[in-house]
Amino acid sequence: MLTTGIAAPDFELYQTPDSRLRLSNLRGKNVILAFYPADWSPVCGDQMSLYNEMETFFTRQQAQLIGISVDSRWSHAAYSEQHGFYFPLLADFEPKGAVSKLYDAFDESTGECRRALYVIDGDGIIRWSYLSPIGINPGADGILTALETIHTNNQP
Amino acid sequence: MSSSFLTPSIGPQDHVYGNENAVIELVEYGDYQCPYCGRAYPIIKNIQEQLGSALRFGFRNFPLSKVHPNAFDAAVAAEAAALQGKFWEMHDIIFENQHSLELGNIVQLARSIGLNTDRFKEDLQLPAVIGKVKSDFESGVRSGVNRTPSFFINGNLYTGDWQGVVLLEYLKNQLPHRLNGQL
Repeated sequence: MLTTGIAAPDFELYQTPDSRLRLSNLRGKNVILAFYPADWSPVCGDQMSLYNEMETFFTRQQAQLIGISVDSRWSHAAYSEQHGFYFPLLADFEPKGAVSKLYDAFDESTGECRRALYVIDGDGIIRWSYLSPIGINPGADGILTALETIHTNNQP
Repeated sequence: MSSSFLTPSIGPQDHVYGNENAVIELVEYGDYQCPYCGRAYPIIKNIQEQLGSALRFGFRNFPLSKVHPNAFDAAVAAEAAALQGKFWEMHDIIFENQHSLELGNIVQLARSIGLNTDRFKEDLQLPAVIGKVKSDFESGVRSGVNRTPSFFINGNLYTGDWQGVVLLEYLKNQLPHRLNGQL
């Protein structure tokens, strides 16, 4: 995992079948990067579905949530439509896993993302990270605490 | 996260069933429309029966509203029933009918357990009742809830399997020896 306090490496990936998202265009907002192994996990314990319920909590902290996996933009579009996700899913598909590797979030043995979380502040600095065991949904408590710490430290 | 702890701990605002001095406190974060929570319901009933006074059981709401469109309203209904002293009766009958949780059915369920349905329908709108469900959800987020159902045993998030008798056996192993021998 990348260390905290450094600039988050910039990247650009497809967020829908026909549009791309560049990380540095989100300056001014906090960003939650959630790398996850694959689309279409069972719903009741699914990390992206859980985070989808937390829109109010993340928005309150001026945070933009972004999911990233090596699935294609077409898989993401279908998965997102079925679950009504409010946030984008980025396709780290070609070259496969390039951004995940940049964030030390790629599992060479499975060819999928590890379950890695990063919280990046409005200046593009990594402020918190966490790597969860692959079978365990890390929940959102760590993310919220990190966002609140950023908020507190930014107070004059 | 792996070291997640129930926050806040069980207090007067919570619905807790069983011996208040029990050696084991089991808390569920549940969603009335979640099929896994439906499956957990009889499992918990059995655990309550088996462990008797060694256990107290608390339930907090964690409705996944975007996945289960009736889950939030069902949670509000159970909280409204609590105002007439019938939280657990409502909790039970909702899980026993979790496939038909539209409002009309909810009111029928309320009637069948003897609630004053006029008052019940008014109470469904109360900000305090709706706020209870929301604050349960927020406490779940804080506590590291990562699936439904999620369980906390004496405050610690339980990450193991709960199906069949796995959770029962796990809880039995938490008991002091002298108690375990009596069960």
